[in-house]
Amino acid sequence: MLRLIVRRLLFIVPTLLLVSIVIFLLVEVVPGDPGRVKLGPYASAEQVAQVDHQLGFDRPLAQRYVRWLGSFLTLHWGDSWNLGVPVFSLTMQRLWSSAQLAALALVIIIPLSILLGVVAALRRDGIADRIITVTSLSLTVIPEFVSGVVLIVLFAVTIKIFPVSAVAPAGSGPFTRIYHLILPAIPLMFVELGYIARMARAGMIEALDTAYVRTATLKGLPRRRIVVTHALRNALAPTVAVIGTQIGWLVGGLVVVETLFNYPGIGKLMADSATLKDVPVLEATVLVVAAIYMLSNLAADVIVALLNPRVRFGR
Amino acid sequence: MTFDELAAQAAPPSERVLRRRYVVRRLLRSPTFLVGAGIVLFWIFMALFSTHVTRFGPLDIDPYHTLKALSRLHWFGTDENGRDVLARTLAGARSVLVVAPLAAVFCLFFGGTIGLISGYYKGYTDEIIMRFVDVLLSLPVIVAAIVVVSAFSSHTQGSPGAQAAVVILVIGILFTPPVARTIRAAVVSEREKEYVQAARLRGERAPFIMVAEILPNILAPIIVEGTVRLGYAVFTAATLSFLGFGVQAPSPDWGLTISLDRTVIQVAWWTVLFPALALASLVVGANLLADGVRKVLSE
Repeated sequence: MLRLIVRRLLFIVPTLLLVSIVIFLLVEVVPGDPGRVKLGPYASAEQVAQVDHQLGFDRPLAQRYVRWLGSFLTLHWGDSWNLGVPVFSLTMQRLWSSAQLAALALVIIIPLSILLGVVAALRRDGIADRIITVTSLSLTVIPEFVSGVVLIVLFAVTIKIFPVSAVAPAGSGPFTRIYHLILPAIPLMFVELGYIARMARAGMIEALDTAYVRTATLKGLPRRRIVVTHALRNALAPTVAVIGTQIGWLVGGLVVVETLFNYPGIGKLMADSATLKDVPVLEATVLVVAAIYMLSNLAADVIVALLNPRVRFGR
Repeated sequence: MTFDELAAQAAPPSERVLRRRYVVRRLLRSPTFLVGAGIVLFWIFMALFSTHVTRFGPLDIDPYHTLKALSRLHWFGTDENGRDVLARTLAGARSVLVVAPLAAVFCLFFGGTIGLISGYYKGYTDEIIMRFVDVLLSLPVIVAAIVVVSAFSSHTQGSPGAQAAVVILVIGILFTPPVARTIRAAVVSEREKEYVQAARLRGERAPFIMVAEILPNILAPIIVEGTVRLGYAVFTAATLSFLGFGVQAPSPDWGLTISLDRTVIQVAWWTVLFPALALASLVVGANLLADGVRKVLSE
């Protein structure tokens, strides 16, 4: 078990290094002269050269990369070109906001979609199953900003029960803050719903077909007990794996939802810095997102291993 | 008509032809496929001919009738430039229906090639290629797409064609890894079969075996992957335009329209609701189509 974690962690390091090289090339080399990018098309050649020199962009490429990586690893992330504030505290602040939004979405959708998946499996091929499967799959494939816009039109413009803005007024209590986050969280939930529910349904159907469930049934155990204590535990392993990979999807969804609802999270920060060519912020946010993405995939693998005794006790 | 042609006509249809007929018949009886294909065909038709159907052009500006609500004249109302929302909604399929299918074709080509080589050779080639694929998978698709498209944006500025080409290539490359994995799995199970061994014993070269022998036998997973990726590509292309990394104004593209008109959502909800519903219908249609194809072909 420990070996599995260590091996996977060791794999993350070179992958992140490769990702950092790719990001470095894409952000600092491909767009052309960084001084020109920073100053815009109307600056004179001397001004551009001066900024390039100040920021160290006139040095050799490899040297620049090593310096950049070094300062990144020692958390000296520099200042934002547009906002003029330190990138590290900015990124962490926005990450915390995003985490709140994502947490709200996950806390509601994971139990709900597992429940729906299990109900669909128990009513296999019945009307409830059909409705759950078709609805959840349709909601899953619709882009977040589309469902978000429909929700805004319905629940914030036509029937005014939710605020249009995702940010509560300064100084409001936790409940008001959560209330403002509900509408933005729903598109995120929609996208997760289909995948999690489908995996829960498939896992449950498979578990219900096993010999031990038949034994338990023949033994005369009540149906509820069989489903909850015997089948569910085994049915959920693939579901947990999917939830782990879905956290990555969630990050992509956050970019979209935060932009739509003007919510100051890491996703909007990244999209804005890409649009405005804020090089230090873009590099920082993308690397942070990549690290979170890989760690959440690792966490999912570990939890699956913990649920599966064959993996837990070593092959 | 020569004798050979006559003989070919008279010969009973081969097994492959029979199988194809069977698949087509099953598809035409699958409601999922039919509904999906109907929706997608509707939008293809609109992308090609919407300007012949609607009273107004998607780019016609009318400064005297801006943000007008739904009426007999403007069924879906007008936007902040007085443009007809119905005309723009129907024409909005164009950009996404160019980008998404081309991106799907690209990822099928890249992924198919990588999957064939990786699955056929196994060993070190396989190991290296699959590690590389893992690296590509280490970023969420939208995040990677934003970084790449914005990196090239200073070079593609002012050229919508180049911008679209970058978007198509980026989506195509980002969808390559999952395609490569699926195709690789199919190749790995085919390569041990007798017909491949026979070809190898005949002394055929590896590229010939891959393309002429294995490829026709893994068409089913390739087609399924293609239709599934088409749905994802529509999703991703629309999202990129919404974020401002796709087509530029004044295109009636749905994602772009929603992104620009959400500032007037409180006074003129129709400017964003109809493009949103249109996009939702196309995405659901493409996915229904894919689901129908998958169910029929995986039997």
